[in-house]
Amino acid sequence: MPLSSKHLLGLYDTPVEDIRLILDTAKTFREVLERPIKKVPTLQGQTVLNLFFEASTRTKLSFELAEKRLSADVVNFSKSGSSVQKGETFKDTVNNIISMKVDIIVVRHESAGVPQFLTRFTNAKIINAGDGRHEHPTQALLDIYSIEEKIGSVKGKKICIVGDIAHSRVALSNIFALKKLGAEVSVCGPLTMMPVNIEELGVKIYSDINKAIAENDVLNVLRIQLEREAGSSIPDLREYREYFGINAERIEKNNKDILILHPGPINRGVELSSDVADGPYQIILNQVTNGVAVRMAILYLLGTQN
Amino acid sequence: MKVLLQNLQIFDPQGIQNEKKDLLLEDGIIVKISDSIPIDSGVEKFDFEGAICSPGFFDMHVHLREPGREDEETVLSGATAAAAGGITEIACMPNTTPTIDNAGMVDFIKQKAKGHLVNVHVIAAATKDRKGEYISPMYELKESGAVGFSDDGVSIKNAFILRKAMEYSKMLELPIIEHCEDESLAGGAMNESEVSTKLGLPPVPSVAEDLIVMRDILMAEYLDASVHIAHISTKNAVEMVRQAKSRGVKVTAEVTPHHFTLTQDSLYSYDTNFKMNPPLRSKEDVAAILEGLKDGTIDVIASDHAPHSPEEKDYEFIYAPNGIIGLETIVGLTLSDLYNKKILSLEKVIEKLVVNPRKILNLPLPKIAEGEKANLSIFNPDLVWTVDANKLKSKSRNTPFDKRIITGKALAAINNGKMFFEDEFISLSA
Repeated sequence: MPLSSKHLLGLYDTPVEDIRLILDTAKTFREVLERPIKKVPTLQGQTVLNLFFEASTRTKLSFELAEKRLSADVVNFSKSGSSVQKGETFKDTVNNIISMKVDIIVVRHESAGVPQFLTRFTNAKIINAGDGRHEHPTQALLDIYSIEEKIGSVKGKKICIVGDIAHSRVALSNIFALKKLGAEVSVCGPLTMMPVNIEELGVKIYSDINKAIAENDVLNVLRIQLEREAGSSIPDLREYREYFGINAERIEKNNKDILILHPGPINRGVELSSDVADGPYQIILNQVTNGVAVRMAILYLLGTQN
Repeated sequence: MKVLLQNLQIFDPQGIQNEKKDLLLEDGIIVKISDSIPIDSGVEKFDFEGAICSPGFFDMHVHLREPGREDEETVLSGATAAAAGGITEIACMPNTTPTIDNAGMVDFIKQKAKGHLVNVHVIAAATKDRKGEYISPMYELKESGAVGFSDDGVSIKNAFILRKAMEYSKMLELPIIEHCEDESLAGGAMNESEVSTKLGLPPVPSVAEDLIVMRDILMAEYLDASVHIAHISTKNAVEMVRQAKSRGVKVTAEVTPHHFTLTQDSLYSYDTNFKMNPPLRSKEDVAAILEGLKDGTIDVIASDHAPHSPEEKDYEFIYAPNGIIGLETIVGLTLSDLYNKKILSLEKVIEKLVVNPRKILNLPLPKIAEGEKANLSIFNPDLVWTVDANKLKSKSRNTPFDKRIITGKALAAINNGKMFFEDEFISLSA
């Protein structure tokens, strides 16, 4: 059964059947990752371009590993900052690279909508690896995969995303997908970090972290991105740590069955204390491993369909 | 040279209304108006059966890009786009490079437009280089022909300078035209709403406009000065203008066709031709604007014609510049979405496209009468046509209305001894 689209632009537009297909297919690749030889010939002869206009370590590495384990030829392009300021337009940059013939483009860019923009002038299949504060579909899919691996279907589970929701593409993709899969989704953070009308996406808002811990099965804790605009949304890191930070004491007092996810990189001592980041409630490194399997599944499904 | 315009439904707010007449022009002057004028030899005739003729349309918010971005528009190409859109007079904004903030620059624009069908009026910067630090030499600017002052693109940032600009321009009896947007809340790529949340685009809240509209109204009220709100786009701003008018504040407002025809829902395509400032707003805002147009809170329809080159618009959404072209669609959209949908009567359409812009800028309103210079717009409110961006006379193509089917079309513009009709200029003088 193929996916309904030749691209993965975001989960807002992805039907639930496609999400399930990706998650199911990922299980197969998860097994491949446990083999001594972790490579399959599925995408032999296909070329994948990792087009990164924004700094990334783990997402890029994860995609690259996934691509190589599917035997694709991989080319990387990294450039940070706006192409506007550098003289060459985004479109020219991309047209130059795709003239070298690539089959799949994995794109990350600081502007929302760039994956959609790419589909208008290339024939390649597009995978969104994060566009502005819009979507990061592969991260959400690997989060969901990791939750389900640990506690079973997300359907009916209470899942809370904690942190700077307004600037988070991880939050938005998670909300879209989890709602489709039947989870009860909420967000927690200071009101300054909530995008307007977030409740219209069908999510509950917490401003009390203890309550969020007590009333949920899973917390997906976002990085407080100091390099973004977080600086104007919270007074300082100390205040955030004191009122929204997650530590072992809060977990033990409110909900010892909680499952903690974090897309990384962690600001230790800010959103997560070290006793949580390294403790028994979290599955942070499972997420990283599963990320490769989920990305292999997406590359496989898109790469082998017409 | 004599030209006979036949079967025109005349609508002159100062004269003949709703009567079908023939107009005989000689060297661009109306020499005869009659129910039926016999055709003499040597008279070129144009049959406008089904069309309406009013005094020339006036678009008071146009960016001509010259000097600085002549690749996007020039005074001449913009003026010709206006003529093609059925407009005979425009006022251009000062945010060129360099800024129109001195008499020499006003003169430069005037010289470029000399001899064109379209009268190009100049709105000069309210502050030097539009920086909001010192008021511009308004006296000299007025003497050189400026008809109003604006830092359009931004508000006059500082209330103290706003006060000085309003007082100084009050002395000169010229309006301050304000682009209302609080700088500290500005910079987003679309209206803050559930749509911006879903699309992950950096938002600009409607309150950024409301705050400055409120400030400007209060300042105008305090000083008994006049202020014109450019491209009003929010429900609250419309309500504030309505209330201010009822207390007698000298405030007027304009709206663009895109703010009464489109909403933020168009942004789902991430098409940069829907990116403008102020941004497309919500359905509730559009409803409030229609109400404001109906009850007279909004005085003027203006295009905010903002040409951008294709390469500039063909960018990542957050980096693409704001603005769309509008000179060639303003009349059609007004007829289609306001007149034909019975939001505005013909009289009100004429008020907002003909009368009020001139009133606000203290410019004479042309008459349709024998002995008068012909300054006319001819349009057919029932004609159905499709916008084709590639056929527009503007140098730029950045319109969200490409391929839109519109009911109502400008057919001809006549002014300064010239007529623009069926894609070409026709000289009316010997």
